[in-house]
Amino acid sequence: MAGNSHTLTFPGSSMSGQDISRELAARVSEACQSGTAIAIRGSGSKDFYGRSVSVGETLAIDGHSGIVNYEPTELVLTARAGTPLAELDEALAGEGQQMPFDPPRFGGGGTLGGAIATGLSGPGRPWTGSARDMVLGLRLINGRGEHMRFGGEVMKNVAGYDVSRLMAGALGTLGVLTEVSLKVLPRPEAELGLRLEIPALDGFSQVDAWFRQGQPITGAAHDGRHLHLRLSGARSTLQAAGQTIGGEHVPEVGAWWAALRDQELPFFDGTAGPLWRISVPPLTDGSGFEGPLLQDWNGQQLWLHGARDAAALRQRASSLGGHAVCFRGGDREGEVFHPLAAPLQAFHHRLKQAFDPGGILNPGRLFADL
Amino acid sequence: MVSVYRQEDHAFEVDREALIQGLREALAADNLLIDDESMRPFECDGLSAYRQMPLVVALPSSIEEVQAVLRLCSRLRVPVVARGAGTSLSAGALPHPQGVLLSLSRFNQILSIDDRRRLAKVQPGVRNLAISEAAAPYGLYYAPDPSSQITCSIGGNVAENAGGVHCLKYGLTVHNVLSVTMVTMEGELVTLGSEALDSPGYDLMAAITGSEGMLGVIVDVTVKLLPQPPAREVLLAGFADVETAGNAVAGIIAAGIIPGGLEMMDNPAIRAAEDFVHAGYPVDAAAILICELDGNPVELQDQLDKLCALLERLGSNDIRVAKTPEEQASFWAGRKAAFPAVGRISPDYYCIDGTIPRKRLAEVLRRMQELSEEYGQRVVNVFHAGDGNLHPLVLYDGNVPGEFDRTEELGGKILELCVEVGGTVTGEHGVGMEKINQMCVQFPEAEITQFHALKAAFDPQGLLNPGKAIPTLSRCAEFGAMHVHGGQLPHPDIPRF
Repeated sequence: MAGNSHTLTFPGSSMSGQDISRELAARVSEACQSGTAIAIRGSGSKDFYGRSVSVGETLAIDGHSGIVNYEPTELVLTARAGTPLAELDEALAGEGQQMPFDPPRFGGGGTLGGAIATGLSGPGRPWTGSARDMVLGLRLINGRGEHMRFGGEVMKNVAGYDVSRLMAGALGTLGVLTEVSLKVLPRPEAELGLRLEIPALDGFSQVDAWFRQGQPITGAAHDGRHLHLRLSGARSTLQAAGQTIGGEHVPEVGAWWAALRDQELPFFDGTAGPLWRISVPPLTDGSGFEGPLLQDWNGQQLWLHGARDAAALRQRASSLGGHAVCFRGGDREGEVFHPLAAPLQAFHHRLKQAFDPGGILNPGRLFADL
Repeated sequence: MVSVYRQEDHAFEVDREALIQGLREALAADNLLIDDESMRPFECDGLSAYRQMPLVVALPSSIEEVQAVLRLCSRLRVPVVARGAGTSLSAGALPHPQGVLLSLSRFNQILSIDDRRRLAKVQPGVRNLAISEAAAPYGLYYAPDPSSQITCSIGGNVAENAGGVHCLKYGLTVHNVLSVTMVTMEGELVTLGSEALDSPGYDLMAAITGSEGMLGVIVDVTVKLLPQPPAREVLLAGFADVETAGNAVAGIIAAGIIPGGLEMMDNPAIRAAEDFVHAGYPVDAAAILICELDGNPVELQDQLDKLCALLERLGSNDIRVAKTPEEQASFWAGRKAAFPAVGRISPDYYCIDGTIPRKRLAEVLRRMQELSEEYGQRVVNVFHAGDGNLHPLVLYDGNVPGEFDRTEELGGKILELCVEVGGTVTGEHGVGMEKINQMCVQFPEAEITQFHALKAAFDPQGLLNPGKAIPTLSRCAEFGAMHVHGGQLPHPDIPRF
């Protein structure tokens, strides 16, 4: 099997990687023929996410790793799906760049493939974009074991349907991601952390007003008492912004926002029962959700703890124009994602059929019948 | 006139009389056109070299009428081509000879501007610029700004994933649209996306954006609005050769500057634009860059100083910063008028839409020049330099027999060159009918088959815009037998001469 592999050294760094895509495609192809379900796994940092499924065999992607192409002046990075996020962070930092969607690195782990397959984005998401926004192209193995390439390494590309972005958040149910090309951006010169005592909704309105004035907001979260703000940009800008906005300066700004992103703040300690994520439109009044409540994304991403009546919670999220996900813990045999309207459900089943007719790729991870 | 549909694209069995009778029941009296004279304006879109009369034209004025038309066409198995403002440059809205041309032009209302949430909900026939105009009183705007923004409609923008000159910083349509309501080919009304930043399940907004009317008919669109930047600077930099200008673009980005807009024009484009709008462009420069910075005023001044020093170091011999909003507008005016300016120096021109990795620019320009000489057609270049989207304009005279065919072939070669260097056949204009053969060059059979399967998930009968966007395998077999995929010829072991 190793006959198809070769080692690639990325110029200018000590990173190396291995291309095992042929073996991966062969495994999927065999599984397709035998009707064996496959559970796709990168570093395992998001094993908890989605429905729990215990059937079939594991397809480990972490051996398929390494940066394939990184062109800082083209703002493009292409890497194999099993490449650790930490390795990408290091390569990007070396060129003064970053992944603008800032994916969670739960427990310090995570791979590029997992980041895109889950489609999760960090605290800057309302201002700096999402995982799917930054996908320029990718390679995937469909449920028939065919290895294909969609999109590319250029910013603008409308040839064919946007299969690449469709994969973001599909939890591997449409294809095994093997390689992803991302748009990357310069890392801001500096960051400023501020803390203000202000009610949540007033705070979020104020944040949007500051954003409209051109303040370089890249984080706004409310913990029930304080509004936490992050601003990113040139030092001169941040100094002026700090004076305009006021509040208390927070040292170690990077650490607090990384802890929020990676769910390492005390709020997230697992003792309070299941963790729910509610996604709502801008400036929604989230106060109707009974605490403990942590509101990120300037009030568009709500984290809730404790045992809840799932149906009631979902109904409330729907009525606000959003949706609710049981993110961690709780009943993971039942549906964890928000149920789809009937016509959307039909599209999902037909898309699944189009990419994975045998239903072998991560079956049941997203929805029980998908 | 170009005959472009293949036999397999129009193998439907359509009873025109039964269709018209059904449409009369489905539509108000004024909403159906069946005589040649009134249908004539719909026979082409912005790519007027491709013409085809539809069977009938439907101009529904309500969602219920759209549903009724699609239900009928689904039952009678009649093709449907949706059309917005008809500004497509890829013949995406070219009628189908056996089908209904479904014009959404009567869906022209802005339904709401939500200042507080920075959202606008609009009907698909609303013009791109009209959204920004309606949002302007609130200090907001809609970011994607294709050159045709005065006339093109938002429904078409979604269908094509339209771009513009500010994409590098503000994204394409796909980054700025939150939700659509769509009618399926079966006539069912569905909502994709939401006003929240994500939705459960698959990202169907990604699938529908840029799908060229192949998956459903959009009847309303919710877009994000952005605050107008508090400050803006525009500068113009001249270069003595194109390669230095290309390298300067890379240098700007390497320095961590992401301009709001970054455009390049070559000498023929500079001259044509200067003759037309008198923007004050340096007509002797081999290339100019137009660079717009926007954002926080404090940061902007620092960036501008940095940028000017950088451009000088990177070899610009002529740097001008616009001093007034009027001068800023004038720097942009030449670029925005580049297409009509070229229209003045040539009876016809053909606009090409490839994207390339920017580092290959000098090589692509040189090889394009060789192709231009080989085919005997002049080529003028405007370039969305920030994002690698190249718009070569091939000059020709449609009245000279053979010139259009030669131009079209040259255009095809340029697109194949874009693919060869790692780019794509279309950055923002769409495949439509125009680039359908070149799709065979860009994608191998497995990908094409996968695209067809995706299409069937939305439109199992294959009635929406048949014959466009994704080529049939038989088309590719005929066109692409000897073509290069990803730098490798099929069967590289076979000798070729």
